[in-house]
Amino acid sequence: MGTVLRKPKAWIALLCLLPLMRLIVLGVGGGLGANPIEFITRSTGTWTLVGLLVTLSVTPLRQLSGRAGLIRYRRMLGLFSFFYACLHFVTYLWLDQFFDPAAIARDIVKRPFITVGFTAFVLLIPLAATSNHAMMRRLGRRWQLLHRLIYLIAVLGVIHYLWLVKKDLTEPLIYGGILALLLAVRLPWGVALLQGARNRWVPARS
Amino acid sequence: MTRLFDTTLNQDTAMLIRPPADIPPSAITPPEIYRDRRRFMQGMGALAAGAALGVASDAGAGAKLAGVRDSAYTPDEKRTPYQDVTTYNNFYEFGTDKGDPADRAGSLKTRPWTVAVEGEVRRPQTWDIDALLKLAPLEERVYRMRCVEGWSMVIPWVGFPLHELIRRAEPSGNAKYVEFITLNDPRQMPGQRSRVLDWPYVEGLRLDEAMHPLTLLAVGLYGEVLPNQNGAPIRLVVPWKYGFKSAKSIVKIRFIEKQPVSSWMAAAPREYGFYSNVNPQVDHPRWSQAKERRIGEFLKRDTLMFNGYGNQVASLYRGMDLKKFF
Repeated sequence: MGTVLRKPKAWIALLCLLPLMRLIVLGVGGGLGANPIEFITRSTGTWTLVGLLVTLSVTPLRQLSGRAGLIRYRRMLGLFSFFYACLHFVTYLWLDQFFDPAAIARDIVKRPFITVGFTAFVLLIPLAATSNHAMMRRLGRRWQLLHRLIYLIAVLGVIHYLWLVKKDLTEPLIYGGILALLLAVRLPWGVALLQGARNRWVPARS
Repeated sequence: MTRLFDTTLNQDTAMLIRPPADIPPSAITPPEIYRDRRRFMQGMGALAAGAALGVASDAGAGAKLAGVRDSAYTPDEKRTPYQDVTTYNNFYEFGTDKGDPADRAGSLKTRPWTVAVEGEVRRPQTWDIDALLKLAPLEERVYRMRCVEGWSMVIPWVGFPLHELIRRAEPSGNAKYVEFITLNDPRQMPGQRSRVLDWPYVEGLRLDEAMHPLTLLAVGLYGEVLPNQNGAPIRLVVPWKYGFKSAKSIVKIRFIEKQPVSSWMAAAPREYGFYSNVNPQVDHPRWSQAKERRIGEFLKRDTLMFNGYGNQVASLYRGMDLKKFF
């Protein structure tokens, strides 16, 4: 146990499970409010989006800090995003629509916010399926190409959120702003900016 | 006109409205239980503020309303618990989160309060809220409430029909519409510091809709003074329309000739029309309106045309294309 707790990976995994544990504790204690299904749907959706943004921040953080080792946590963060996306999707299928295939099909075709959300979820599946070392080796260069889909998935996730809110766009726009920043620092000038910041603020390691 | 309306509709309603529900009192969550906690959190401050303003403490939310009559408007449906009715609210004047109104509406002062009745009327008048409370006998009306977002509640309101007020104002021949205006004071309504809607909140009805016996001016729920988060001290309840049509914390009722532009019409004209009648066949552009989740239930239920009040109100819209006049 002691050695487990000394591993950062274990801590990050525990941290990633907190949103789920919160839902369970609130659910058992009757603390999910007047509309528990809406609460669970929103919460799992929010944490999917947060997970995607955290996953996308690993690379810029590596460049900023010079700690290449951060890459070790990226897969787990990505898989936790997928985990919350699955919970979000199951909440919709089961709690919200109660496995009504006709209603779900209509929703996916007719409701643009569900169309983009569903697309984002489907696109996540191959990324999760190819996240192990064996698949990385097998796919070679194509692996990286495939996993660039996360940019599109995150954009679709933000659009999904933007299109579903009734009026107050503040929160989806905050997520959109952070995503725009995370994507911008991947462009050539963004990378240069991070390099410059690193040279100025992070003392070179001898 | 009022008289004619009343008699015909009373016959209708006698036939159409089911006999009072036989829900045993024990099945209804006693409001006292929920009140206690809220009182503990807000009570001291509210009482102190009330004392400073010289407000009688019985004017506050949670006080029992006296002399409330039962009415025939009692569907055989389980009432949504007081706790849910008072903690899950859309009242953007206090924030856009459902929990914001319950958390933040303590800053609303409901005394002194006046409601100005003006415009195309022979007898314009500014009513003091306490006089308004005595304008007509208070009655309990248990109405379904369907939110445009796809959830619903069953709420025992206390109030009187709006036509009681309209009759006294004597609308002129030019009065075709009635406009309802909510208080605009960001110091009392912190959500108004955000431009999420154009303040003040404005809603409107056609005069015949406003005169309809189902249209209620509510001053209480569950037999008690209306909590601030539910639109105290006086609000509209139009049970066959989506919830946002029922303007809260009203300070002005204006009779006008032209159809008013409501806050939601101004905010998103493609999504919210003037009529906004509950209609399972006309979807919101971004989501379906065919079903709804009754708060407290697991499975969604079918949404009813005019929220189940079609027998009483469908005649108001005879010959109208409800897809066009959504």
